[in-house]
Amino acid sequence: MKLEMKDSPGQLVSALQPISEVGGNIIAVIHQRDLSSREDTLGVQIVLEIAEPRLTDLVSMIKARGVNILRIGKDRLLYKQTVIMIGHLMHTDLSDTVDRIDCTGFAEVTALDLAMPAINEPSSARLMIKSVSKQDMDSALDILRQVAKTKNLLIIEPLDGGLV
Amino acid sequence: MSVRIAVLGLGSVGKGVLEMIAKKDLDIIVTGVADSKSGLIDPSGLDIGAVLLSKRTGSCGSVAISAKDVVSRADYDILVEVTPTNAGDGEPAFSYMKLAIERGKHVVTSNKGPISLHLKELKGLARERGVFVRYEATVGGAIPIMHTLGNGLAGNEILALYGVLNGTCNYILTRMAAEGLTYDQALAEARELGYAEADPTYDVKGIDAAIKLVILANTIWDNGVSLDRVDITGIDLLTTDALRLAEEKDCTIRLIAEAFPNRGVLRVSPRIIRKDHPLVFEGSLNAITLETDMAGEITLIGKGAGSIETASAIIGDILFISSHVRCN
Ligand SMILES: NC(=O)c1ccc[n+]([C@@H]2O[C@H](COP(=O)([O-])OP(=O)(O)OC[C@H]3O[C@@H](n4cnc5c(N)ncnc54)[C@H](OP(=O)(O)O)[C@@H]3O)[C@@H](O)[C@H]2O)c1
Repeated sequence: MKLEMKDSPGQLVSALQPISEVGGNIIAVIHQRDLSSREDTLGVQIVLEIAEPRLTDLVSMIKARGVNILRIGKDRLLYKQTVIMIGHLMHTDLSDTVDRIDCTGFAEVTALDLAMPAINEPSSARLMIKSVSKQDMDSALDILRQVAKTKNLLIIEPLDGGLV
Repeated sequence: MSVRIAVLGLGSVGKGVLEMIAKKDLDIIVTGVADSKSGLIDPSGLDIGAVLLSKRTGSCGSVAISAKDVVSRADYDILVEVTPTNAGDGEPAFSYMKLAIERGKHVVTSNKGPISLHLKELKGLARERGVFVRYEATVGGAIPIMHTLGNGLAGNEILALYGVLNGTCNYILTRMAAEGLTYDQALAEARELGYAEADPTYDVKGIDAAIKLVILANTIWDNGVSLDRVDITGIDLLTTDALRLAEEKDCTIRLIAEAFPNRGVLRVSPRIIRKDHPLVFEGSLNAITLETDMAGEITLIGKGAGSIETASAIIGDILFISSHVRCN
């Protein structure tokens, strides 16, 4: 979310405090001085993890402290990674494979390109996985590796992450 | 003074070594040779041309002289051990090497078997006898990776390494991506061109790359890791579709060997890799990237196999030893 607040000591801390009070988890705080509309205000972008229902509470708590919320973004999945899977993807229930990632809540398969070969030949798919944080990406990949093992699929991971 | 060598194994590598010694003025004398069935000994130096000629039509020498006879009886300073790799127990090369070291002889080898299995023991024995064991040719063919580690980068801490250690796999993946060949078609082509062995199992299943990774890890970190510690996935199940799916994202797939000791990672696996990455190149080349504390990142690229290319690494080791022994 993007916040606008007075550029005075303690403001940022008091804006962040409610986040932990509602059980949220701060992932990143990015200052955006140039974006602030007035000299005496400070623009801050906060990336956080929070249970959806607690969001309204959080918003009112932050507002009560005199901090202006400019925007609440929905694109919470900041990390992305491409993996390729090879094997009998359809016979081993591809949608279940994807669900195992999606149901975590912290990672999602946001794109899937499937190449269908001749019958009985192994098929190949490219998955784009997005997650909230780097750790979540690692956990999502761990889940995928486990699924791959039980379904006898080959997973090809990127050499040094961060691949678009 | 010339350096005297005995050569065990007159296949692709052994013949390459002899040809270059005959052709170039390297001050190396060959006092013994052996193949699987015969041997030849001459303390005053063999006629290399004659040896190569007789090898062309069969055995290199007399069936009355075995490889073991050459190791234990010939007059040489350095044993050049270039017999086939036995990844199971390293034999008989391991015994040949120990015998030579016990006789106070240096050893130079391209044989990955004994080096990946028994490096610590061989180095210990060599230290006791005050001789060198050098094995530049076991990893990366002509690439002087061991000289770089031992000399050029001396004093650096090596933090991690990763690379393309098998030229056959790199060739197959290059052809699958470029021409849309299936794995089987690309493998057949690699065989025709002599890039793949009749039995390509070790190459395509990632085992050859893993053995080289074990040699590098033991050389750098002296950590005693063995092949069963490496997490290995080969390229034999890759599909043309998988390569195309990678290409659509400006990437490709390469078989990457990697060691990150601080994270306990020792792995050989096909990976998606950006096409502009230094480890992406065509054909049967090899490359190794080292992450170091002082020198930063260094990548060496070169021919990973071949008769003369491997001979280059063997001869580099022979001349290293002869210059050091002379200095002392
Ligand atoms: N070729 C390369 O580009 C390359 C690159 C790096 C490392 N290497 C390694 O270098 C070594 C040699 O490779 P290569 O390609 O030259 O192999 P090769 O062409 O198969 O030749 C092997 C040679 O060793 C001889 N030999 C077999 N068993 C023997 C024994 N018990 N005692 C004495 N000699 C024996 C064979 O004798 P016969 O002639 O009687 O059959 C043959 O001359 C292998 O360990 C290989 O992994 C090779």
